[in-house]
Amino acid sequence: MSYHFNYTYIWRHFDRLTSGLLLSLELAFVSILIGMVIGLALALAYTGAGRTVRAAVAAYVEFVRNVPLLLLVYLVFYGIPSAGGFAYEATTSFVITLSAYAGAYLVEVFRAGLDAVPRGLIDAGMAIGLTRWQRLLHVRLPTMFRVVLPSLSNAFISLFKDTSLASVIAVPELTYGAQWIKTNSFRVIEVWVVVTPMYLATGYALLYALRRVERRFAVGR
Amino acid sequence: MSLAIQSLPFLWQGLLVTLHVSALVVLLSLAAGILLGVTLVYGPSWIYWPIRMYSDFLRGIPLLVLIFFVYYGLPVFRVNLTNFWAAVIALSAFKTAHVIEIVRGAVQSIPRGQTDAGRAIGLTFVQRLLWVIAPQAVRRFLPPWINAVVDTVKGSALVSLVGIVDLMLAIQQVIGRTYVPLPMYVLGALMYFAINYSLSLTSRRLEARFAYVRE
Repeated sequence: MSYHFNYTYIWRHFDRLTSGLLLSLELAFVSILIGMVIGLALALAYTGAGRTVRAAVAAYVEFVRNVPLLLLVYLVFYGIPSAGGFAYEATTSFVITLSAYAGAYLVEVFRAGLDAVPRGLIDAGMAIGLTRWQRLLHVRLPTMFRVVLPSLSNAFISLFKDTSLASVIAVPELTYGAQWIKTNSFRVIEVWVVVTPMYLATGYALLYALRRVERRFAVGR
Repeated sequence: MSLAIQSLPFLWQGLLVTLHVSALVVLLSLAAGILLGVTLVYGPSWIYWPIRMYSDFLRGIPLLVLIFFVYYGLPVFRVNLTNFWAAVIALSAFKTAHVIEIVRGAVQSIPRGQTDAGRAIGLTFVQRLLWVIAPQAVRRFLPPWINAVVDTVKGSALVSLVGIVDLMLAIQQVIGRTYVPLPMYVLGALMYFAINYSLSLTSRRLEARFAYVRE
């Protein structure tokens, strides 16, 4: 074969990949936290509100879920600031995008989770004299979280993979680090040979860890 | 507004490329996914593990990384493809892994008794698969599969990053010339939305129609 593999340049700049991986994880983590707030707020608004609010929530969810994430990344980074006459950093812009994206998915997850809380539990809460707010805080939310935990960990891993799209607006996460090395060394294959296992290993380590957490909190059947 | 109208023919060309890529990927991944999915459920263990690993491997890496890997990596093995085919192969390989899982789920949801009954009346394996399992499994297969098709159309936007002028790159190019990002992105988003939302609705309608199966 005429191609000679050479990893020297990659090991020399490996710190770009490790810091990139950490940033990918951070982006996914911050986005899922904000996404959970958005998702929970909208799911509660959806179950408790009138037709207008429901339509608005549905429009947001359907729009985000049916448009490519790449387009949303561009839209938020280039499109919106151009109309408002302001600018933000690429990282901020990506976190906004990914949070909005996560939020749209989690609305559905939380809505299903809230529906899964047995009616009897809420009645029991009422019977011991809990207020509406207390029932939400002490009965509905804790039960819901145990039900939706598997969906949350799947969403987190999925978001972690989606952070690779941040490379298109030059956020220095893992894929961007890979492309930086590729552009500067032309070690095209080697860099993907190294980066792919990094994604895989991190993804499966997360999966394993989160499954353990799920088992800990699993709803008894 | 007039800019948007002027650019429509160009965006239309891009949309056709997006649809072309998506259609190819949907067909290739459907064929490969059904074949591998059925083999995964019924095949011997020496073929089970390779398929299992393939599926878990591909679903574990970002699609973007896979596209770059195939696009830059294949030439090393003396396989020279145009960027179009490299992207189609990467997307199809990725989607195949998802179709495998959907097929597996659908086939395994059919109670064992169905297979036993088929065997009792003397049907061969292929006959059981075609006349007993498939007609029932298709109801569990279709709704998630259509969601996977929506994902394919969305994922096809990534081919713009290896220089294929699909709808996504057509939008970018129009913006590069006109400097009006927001209206163009919104227009493009609406075009993607029109395709995907109609697919999503179909999926939801099918799911409601097949809901009686879930007992």
